[in-house]
Amino acid sequence: MAMAADDIARLIKERFPDAEVRIEDLAGDGNHYAATVVSEVFRGKSRVEQHQMVYDALKGNMGGVLHALALKTATP
Amino acid sequence: MSAQDVQNWIRQEVAGNDVVLFMKGTRTMPQCGFSMQVAQILNHLGVDFKDINVLEDMSVRDGIKAYSNWPTIPQLYVKGEFVGGCDIVREMFQAGELQELFNAKGISHNQQTLPA
Repeated sequence: MAMAADDIARLIKERFPDAEVRIEDLAGDGNHYAATVVSEVFRGKSRVEQHQMVYDALKGNMGGVLHALALKTATP
Repeated sequence: MSAQDVQNWIRQEVAGNDVVLFMKGTRTMPQCGFSMQVAQILNHLGVDFKDINVLEDMSVRDGIKAYSNWPTIPQLYVKGEFVGGCDIVREMFQAGELQELFNAKGISHNQQTLPA
């Protein structure tokens, strides 16, 4: 089970239309990704809250079909 | 244990220990690269922590995710508060923020940072 980089980016963009999303396939196996998400919505939020927002946008895939997503969030 | 018992047990562990790491494997024998990284950071900082191996109990493995609304393991708790998973802990460590957090919470640790 794996998830395509485009699907990850799409789910995040659907939730945060202003977001700049960069996905990197770390191992080339469609299973280990690094994502950088830059959005205004993160302003004033703790890191935990920011990551929870992204995980929520991924609709339960994180920790399931998406085993490894190294996440970095930031504001513009 | 029922799901409610598990939540109560987690709450007690997190409240009763200053630094708790829910991880896959143990501090000396991590079973996952992400868990290993966080354990290494805590060891490097000389922080006394309790490691809880979620692989020993499926109900804890699921329960901790519900407890924090966080989908992955490892999970680090300091003085009852969820600090983050591997990415956040590593980012905080590299920025010196983890050391500041331990200072602020009165957790003894050595003052090492990353080699320049």
